[in-house]
Amino acid sequence: MKILIRNGRVVDPASGRDEAADVAIAAGRIVAIGKVPADFAPDRTIEADGCVVAPGLVDLAARLKEPGPGALESELAAAAAGGVTSLVCPPDMDPPLDEPGLVDMLKFRARKLSRCRLFPLGALTQGLAGAEITEMMALTDAGCVGFSQAEATMRDNLTLLRAMQYASTRGYAVWLRPKDPSLSGGVAASGAVATRLGLSGVPVASETIAIHTIVELVRQTVARVHFCRLSSAAGVELVRRAKAEGLPVTADVSINSLHLTDVDIGYFNSDMRLTPPLRQGKDRDALRAGLADGTIDALVSDHTPVGHDDKMLPFGEATPGATGLELLLSLALKWGNESRLTLAQSLARVTSDPVRVLGEALGSLGQSAGRLVEGGVADVCVFDPQAEWQVTPEALHSRGKHTPFDAASTGTRMPGRVRHTLVAGTLAWSAATEANAA
Amino acid sequence: MLARRNPQLNAHGELIHLLSIEGLPRAVLTQILDTAGTFLSVNDRDVKKVPLLRGKSVFNLFFENSTRTRTTFEIAAKRLSADVINLDIAKSSASKGESLLDTIANLSAMHADMFVVRHSESGAPYLIARHCAPHVHVVNAGDGRHAHPTQGLLDMYTIRHYKKSFNELTVAVVGDIVHSRVARSDIHALTTLGVPEIRAVGPKTLVPGDLRDMGVRVCHDMREGVKDADVVIMLRLQNERMSGAMLPSAGEYFKSFGLTEDILALAKPDVIVMHPGPINRGVEIDSRVADGSHSVILPQVTFGIAVRMAVMSILAGNDA
Repeated sequence: MKILIRNGRVVDPASGRDEAADVAIAAGRIVAIGKVPADFAPDRTIEADGCVVAPGLVDLAARLKEPGPGALESELAAAAAGGVTSLVCPPDMDPPLDEPGLVDMLKFRARKLSRCRLFPLGALTQGLAGAEITEMMALTDAGCVGFSQAEATMRDNLTLLRAMQYASTRGYAVWLRPKDPSLSGGVAASGAVATRLGLSGVPVASETIAIHTIVELVRQTVARVHFCRLSSAAGVELVRRAKAEGLPVTADVSINSLHLTDVDIGYFNSDMRLTPPLRQGKDRDALRAGLADGTIDALVSDHTPVGHDDKMLPFGEATPGATGLELLLSLALKWGNESRLTLAQSLARVTSDPVRVLGEALGSLGQSAGRLVEGGVADVCVFDPQAEWQVTPEALHSRGKHTPFDAASTGTRMPGRVRHTLVAGTLAWSAATEANAA
Repeated sequence: MLARRNPQLNAHGELIHLLSIEGLPRAVLTQILDTAGTFLSVNDRDVKKVPLLRGKSVFNLFFENSTRTRTTFEIAAKRLSADVINLDIAKSSASKGESLLDTIANLSAMHADMFVVRHSESGAPYLIARHCAPHVHVVNAGDGRHAHPTQGLLDMYTIRHYKKSFNELTVAVVGDIVHSRVARSDIHALTTLGVPEIRAVGPKTLVPGDLRDMGVRVCHDMREGVKDADVVIMLRLQNERMSGAMLPSAGEYFKSFGLTEDILALAKPDVIVMHPGPINRGVEIDSRVADGSHSVILPQVTFGIAVRMAVMSILAGNDA
């Protein structure tokens, strides 16, 4: 299959390329950008007038709601519709990803759907129970790109130290959501809003104590650590210092924490029930600045499909989480626009930078995923930067219909609309096809 | 922005649900207090009934037990000639796996006109108000730590009864404010009605500094908190907080934040002492104060009926 993407504005954050050019794709790879050979005979031509041709998005945090009939199908379709061509899923499925066989099966099923590349994180401990470490080498051979406890906690610091030591033996990355188990039981961020609404709070100290502990263990083990979902200004500052010290740490932030604050909870809107909880304006400002200056390496969707019944509950009883795969691009662009960044700068945080976070775990794919380079894999997202849309739950492909950015909830105006998504040179999703089908 | 509109008011700014004092205009609060005044005499009649809610069905939905509050709502509804249905769904529906909204849908199908809701989760009455039939009114009878608006209103009625005006008062709210829905409702009502000085008094574990954002002065010393106060509102200390990480013991609490005659002597000579009940004698309040000449704890209960009658009759007269 040969595809020609014509007349688009090619933006490749890694190289800084931003120019009008054609892109020629053959056998799953980009064969030319700009000067397309005269004898290139495409089977299909995508007219990209007025559109941006960017690398496919790389989302470092998306839950797939596995198991469940059709769950993988719907969530990977959501990824493709959102321009996401690679995603990392945490191991907190049922059962948790703690055995190579489970990882094999998941990767196999995802590959068959050919919608999006799937990179699972293995469970750091068996059953995510926080006590006994998993067979990390076998899990890595099966395709895990790192190891995580997801939202589960470690039994104690000794176990965490051992897990980090073992992982660092082979240079595996350990992905940790910094939270102190005894301080993270609340349902909203500690502060004036939680106090006023009578909601139990999660203090910033939950995040900072955990970061302090983990950083101290990184100093001892030199383990490679990725901090998942920073939520506070103080947390950003600690990561900034750890990086300045030269420690091998990276971090991400969710689209929710990047754009919202606890004030958005309004009258107990359970769509705002999220983990980590939405914090105050100064925290959001620090997260935005941290993402802009590179302290935070990646922006993630933190996609978590939650069933309708599990959201139609009082705030504290509602299941935390929000759908996000189909919102990631727009919310990256929105942040970039508001922060006066170039298109390449804002796209970097959802393309080349997350690939850098994954590092050697991606193998040879790491050379070209998240980038547009001749000879590299053709994972491409074509989007219209001028299109503006609003989120209506029924139009989402994901089974998770709840998001704080719902038109009926915050009425957020979303800039940028995905038109075509290519994974390995194949059309994984196209707005045109979908419109015809409908 | 639908979710941002105050769900308690209709397009004309009239009360259609009573979920929280927060966000209610002063005029609405005054209307409720004035209406309560007219009902107070009903309670003194031989036939203690008015026909304002005749033919209407009021459902008491208590997802959390409270005989006392439920009874006062029941009396108020009956004095308005409503049919009252008490549902002890404290655990029954939930234990059968029925969701809150399914329970509400079922009861709506029985042609309820008003739900009086108590729930252990903050915000639960908002969920119910958002999803019940448009003609149904919801009254929050206490949700989690969030709000207990009828208690707040009856406290305001009591203060107005004894002090006539709010404009020059100093009001001290003492005790476990962080876990208290009564305190939150009182604070919102007092600020809305123009009380210039509201003090939240207690140890730091029970009186967080964030409360300053609600417009109160935070005091961690009982003497400072009660000094020159016109009104002292004591809060009940729940048994489960009397020892543990919040407080070491009921004894130390009483010594540092209990209301005794000596402490009360620091307040204005005509101070009134209030308490939402039930009181813990010797824990937050000394018996001599609870039964003393400054105490208006029992009149609060009487006013409570009239205030709840006022709320229900006003709601019944307003359409969504």
